[in-house]
Amino acid sequence: MKTMPKWADVLLVPLISLVIAFALSALVILAIGEDPVRAMELMVTGSLGSTYGWGYTLYYTTNFLLTGLAVSIAFQAKLFNIGGEGQAMIGGLGVALVCLFIPWPNWWLAMIAAILASALFGAMWAAIPAWLQAKAGSHIVITTIMFNFIAASLMNYLLSHVLRPTTSMDPATARFDNVLRLPRLHDILGLVGIDFSRSGPANIMLFVALAFCVLAYVLLWRTRLGFEIRAFGQSEAAAHYAGISSFKIIMVAMLISGALAGTMAVNSVMGGPQRLVMNAVEGAGFIGIAVALMGRSHPIGIIAPALLFGFLFQGGSELAIETSIPRDMIVIIQALVIMFTGALDNMVRRPLELLFLALRRRA
Amino acid sequence: MDIATFVQIFESTLRLATPLLFACLAGLFSERAGIFDIGLEGKLLVAAFFSASIAYVTGSAWLGLAAGIGASVVFSLIHGVASITFRGNQLISGVAINFLAAGMTVVVAQSWFQQGGRTPPLVGDARFDRLSLPFANALHDVPVVGQIYGQILNQHSILVYFGLLCVPLTWWVLYRTRFGLRLRAVGENPAAVDTAGISVVRLRYAAIVIAGVLCGIGGAYLSTALAAGFVKDMSAGRGYIALAALIFAKWRPWHALGAVLLFGMLEAIANRWPNLDLGIITLPNQFMTALPYILTVVILAGFVGKAIPPRAGGEPYVKER
Repeated sequence: MKTMPKWADVLLVPLISLVIAFALSALVILAIGEDPVRAMELMVTGSLGSTYGWGYTLYYTTNFLLTGLAVSIAFQAKLFNIGGEGQAMIGGLGVALVCLFIPWPNWWLAMIAAILASALFGAMWAAIPAWLQAKAGSHIVITTIMFNFIAASLMNYLLSHVLRPTTSMDPATARFDNVLRLPRLHDILGLVGIDFSRSGPANIMLFVALAFCVLAYVLLWRTRLGFEIRAFGQSEAAAHYAGISSFKIIMVAMLISGALAGTMAVNSVMGGPQRLVMNAVEGAGFIGIAVALMGRSHPIGIIAPALLFGFLFQGGSELAIETSIPRDMIVIIQALVIMFTGALDNMVRRPLELLFLALRRRA
Repeated sequence: MDIATFVQIFESTLRLATPLLFACLAGLFSERAGIFDIGLEGKLLVAAFFSASIAYVTGSAWLGLAAGIGASVVFSLIHGVASITFRGNQLISGVAINFLAAGMTVVVAQSWFQQGGRTPPLVGDARFDRLSLPFANALHDVPVVGQIYGQILNQHSILVYFGLLCVPLTWWVLYRTRFGLRLRAVGENPAAVDTAGISVVRLRYAAIVIAGVLCGIGGAYLSTALAAGFVKDMSAGRGYIALAALIFAKWRPWHALGAVLLFGMLEAIANRWPNLDLGIITLPNQFMTALPYILTVVILAGFVGKAIPPRAGGEPYVKER
């Protein structure tokens, strides 16, 4: 029974959850003796008040668009991919290998190759948990968590023993060739005469990520495969009855999910520091969960939450510089958003449903 | 390798397995009652922080332990409200709890102690002392017994012995009491338990509170016995390793002890030999770190028997009407 209009479901419920999460975060800030209003002002000016801030905000947004999309596609098939973190780490390996060992003539060929390589590596890392879920029925959440840790150990080993240049003590690869530098917003917007800060790392991958959102929308709502994925997510039994192979859907959905998480590394490795460093993912794989939950796992719906988390991430860094509130404050906000939009969804939804029922009865 | 090295390895195995054991038994209670608990990691962390800070302020490790248990139970109850009362997704709730703990411990630690997200080092009574077992010295020179009793089992904090005691206790509660029978039933078929006139909600809350207490002790052990104070992210994935051990043990208490000892030993070996030279190949310590997870995946793949979780795990219970 539909008790709520659609706009309330997709906009009002997440917004109320967000307000609760922010109110609780403000209480935490008050409790540690800081001023939440001033904190908010600092975050807004730090992340949105200058093109420098926007350059970072949109850079993080790009990461969260791709990881959020990854989690969303899996959610549509009712699979909870917690492994975006590990898939993005391994995706970063793909980017580094492509950028370090092939002499590319220009950046765009290299970018396409890096996208393909990172997608392939990310998908590969998702393939084993997917296969275990599809064949052995072992829970995808557990296996993807395990694969996050295995990926972290593997990258730790590769960066400190194999890929590290012998002249360096730092567990990271050598810097990529300068030819491979991705055009940043400064370069792109400069073409149309907009003056944008040179130092923000937001780059062409932002547009690639947005294009992926549109493509994912088309895939999910305009193709047979997308219909099968959604049908499987709604009811496995019904999908099975309609002749949809659960093995195929689990594998395909997880491979796409892993591939998208992997491509996030093109932004954070090639677009950012231009070398593969330890912990290049910075928790973006997990933030993807919050983004997907807020965006109701809709490829277009996740754009606003991704921007919100981009703002929080950049604002949080500014906050840590200006006040005594550590950067970890955004982890609390992230946790509260996941809690209220994900697990406590019913707590927000039920009173609203009752309200709309009452309104309808009166009308 | 001589006997002394072996003894050392076993001794540190026991020390490192203890936090895993508490977390694993916590997960056992929770999951046997049908509540998935991804949040073990977060509960360990939050308990580690609150027990270290209260122990530092009061100078008493016991008060610290109580604070750690309290914090962990509060987190358990949040999980309970989300997943039992509001029938939310247990996995998502667990993920949220882990992040909440990771963020909150650092933010509060910074605000209280201004040391970059850590507590000041604990000294004296603020830490759990090592206990000397009776007759340990007298037996020291007796072969085998002296090594096992006098060296491996001797000189641990009281929490280690309590952890070992919890294994038969858990077994007894689960398999020999009415409460345990109902707890196991509610994880397999809550409707049947409900039909028998027993409250599913109350049983599940009881299970997660027990899980909270156990995680609280495990976390307190981390910061006030194993280490001397809290540092950022000090649980370091132990909650997840405990989850892995739980699968390894197929949700049974004695097997859980075996699994955590195995994983504890892997950690002990990785600490002792950062690069393990096996003659043919040298295993880097990153491999040893990853081994618990790899072994769990192998188990899950069904190569070594089948790990079947409690049937109603992860499903919120909705009364028929």
